[in-house]
Amino acid sequence: MTRALTIAAAALCALSAWVGQIGCGREEKTVLSFWVLGSEGDKVRSMVEEFERTHPGISVALQQIPWTAAHEKLLTAYAGDATPDLCHLGNTWISEFVLLRALEPLDDRLSRSDAIDRGDFFPGVLASNMIDSAIYGVPWYVDTRVLFYRSDLLAQVGYPNGPKSWDDVMTVCRVLKSDRYNIRYPFFFPTNEWVPAVILGVQYGSALLRDEQTYGDFRGPAFRRGFDALISFYQKGYTPVGMTEVLNRYHAFAEGYYAMYITGPWNIGEFQQRLPAEMQDRWMTAPLPTADSLYPGPSLALGASLVLFRSSAHKEEAWELMEFLSTKEHQLEFYKATGNLPSRISAWEDKALVSNAYVGAFRRQLERVVPLPQVPEWEQIAMKLQYQLELAAAGELSVDETLVSVDEAVDRILEKRRWVKEQAREP
Amino acid sequence: MKRSVGHLNAVRYSAYLFLAPALSAIALFFVVPVLAALVMSFTDFDIYALADFDMLRFVGLRNYAELIDNPLFWKALSNTFYFVLVGGPLSVVVSLGAALLVNARLARFKSLFRTVYFLPVVTTLVAVAVMWRYFYHPRFGLLNYMLSFVGVDPIDWLGDPGWAMPAIIILAIWKNFGYNMLIFVAGLQNIPDQLYEAARIDGAGFIQTFREITLPMLAPTTVFIVVITMIGYFQLFAEPYVMTQGGPLYSTFSIVMLMYDQGFRWWDMGYAAAVAFVLFFLILLGTIVQLRIQRAAMT
Repeated sequence: MTRALTIAAAALCALSAWVGQIGCGREEKTVLSFWVLGSEGDKVRSMVEEFERTHPGISVALQQIPWTAAHEKLLTAYAGDATPDLCHLGNTWISEFVLLRALEPLDDRLSRSDAIDRGDFFPGVLASNMIDSAIYGVPWYVDTRVLFYRSDLLAQVGYPNGPKSWDDVMTVCRVLKSDRYNIRYPFFFPTNEWVPAVILGVQYGSALLRDEQTYGDFRGPAFRRGFDALISFYQKGYTPVGMTEVLNRYHAFAEGYYAMYITGPWNIGEFQQRLPAEMQDRWMTAPLPTADSLYPGPSLALGASLVLFRSSAHKEEAWELMEFLSTKEHQLEFYKATGNLPSRISAWEDKALVSNAYVGAFRRQLERVVPLPQVPEWEQIAMKLQYQLELAAAGELSVDETLVSVDEAVDRILEKRRWVKEQAREP
Repeated sequence: MKRSVGHLNAVRYSAYLFLAPALSAIALFFVVPVLAALVMSFTDFDIYALADFDMLRFVGLRNYAELIDNPLFWKALSNTFYFVLVGGPLSVVVSLGAALLVNARLARFKSLFRTVYFLPVVTTLVAVAVMWRYFYHPRFGLLNYMLSFVGVDPIDWLGDPGWAMPAIIILAIWKNFGYNMLIFVAGLQNIPDQLYEAARIDGAGFIQTFREITLPMLAPTTVFIVVITMIGYFQLFAEPYVMTQGGPLYSTFSIVMLMYDQGFRWWDMGYAAAVAFVLFFLILLGTIVQLRIQRAAMT
């Protein structure tokens, strides 16, 4: 059944590629196939049309793919030899496609380029596009996690600019939870999000994986301390244990059901749109509190990149489109259309970004971001962690039991990776 | 009458010839993929093997051993059995009840009711799920509102690990009972009226008639429905996929969801194939047991 589906999908891809080529043959233009994931596909259309106008020899077949189906579709396309020329890819997926040798390394093109200066990217974000010191993606937009908080409530307890350390956070929680303020859950850590757990582990110095990323290091002392800190929020009742107590996070935030929440840039727009008008001057963003003395504490380097496929027959033209989309002007245009934060530091000097008070926290945070482990198995590992986190939050497992079983599961997931590394070592 | 062996053989060959197109289609699209999947279940076909075929290892029964070791497999298995053993019989009973109602002598607008009860079967699950999510909403949902009249405290249907599976079962029954109902109606209409007439003359009441005439006469229909329902219910996937994504705390995570996750999310095709064969044997076993029990009951 699965095999039949794969074959059918591959056949469909091949058919659509063939139909596409008929179209190009008539106009004698180079046709670039460009896959864009999610709603960005719609927003980038006008820029792509501009590219076609300024590059008369090239026409771009833009295909929009929903995020939920993208991973399967890209893998199937790879298996069926039907990958596009260039694609938009979440930077946590890059290692997987590098493993498949599907992506073209971009170092030479980057150093030759007049349009892109690699020094103009945030170092942490650029690092998330590097596998074994070769660059495989041009950062398109950046994403990291910061603190969203109710500035009115935090000003009342003495932290108008947000807590600077996790000790401060604990103090704020204690006071807000007290009868005087009676905030039900001062800090919202959804149990179906692994990101805060990973951030806390990273903040306490964990590398998450050890021995060339072939074993889990979740029971190591660093991750353990971060995890302890996270679980204490559940134990003290500072954060809801189930997912259902906060059904509508915008409504709950406006109601004062919770006061602090770690999330990403897309929520700036969501909060502006969904919170009632009288709430609009009562919330703010701040860089993450820190577990050591250096503020802000590190966050994750996430975001998405543009990648060039090795099998492309039109690499030069595809690279031109990548350069075109990476210019400062188009990055800003893209920011205005989508709210996605530009990956080029120079674009952040524009008044569109400077004038947005909520964006400033992201600018500061991006100075201190670290990439996730670049292993193809990462998403599977994260899901495992999230599953165990749910159990630990509900008090069904102790912190020790949780982390030991996370490590056991992760070691099993990474077994193939260890074997492959060993094979590579033996000539 | 004496026919030559050669003639018989000729008949046989021409029969095979006529069967050949159908048989080759079955071989190509059924036997070959199934055998390929079986072989795959003894390998660790994954993303590394997709990248470089030399990275494919023949691992014997390791996928099956790991499956037995995997707590999530047992969780998915017990969830699936919960769904089959509670949802299956309930669904059959509800379909039978509905069939009796729409087929009752006194019922009016029979075809209208038949259509209405069949509607959920033909509607898209994804669209239905949107409505049911509102229906199950713990604070604003219609179901909790109605329950509050009989003094039941609000239930967090989809968020409480204890209630999520019952919520999925209710949805699945509502969605599917119309199909079995129609088959039951057909079965009911095949029962000759004379039997009921004779029973009435003998002075049998409603319950007696139902037990002594309706149920035995429906037995072949019931066997078919029970087996088909069980096979369908073992393959629980779409309902939890759209309603809960297997949560909360994996309380609605099914075997097919495990297979989907392993195969399409993590591209661990060898492991997913092993899950598929375990599910296949479970269904086969369930079907054999069902047929045995019912054959024994009928004789």
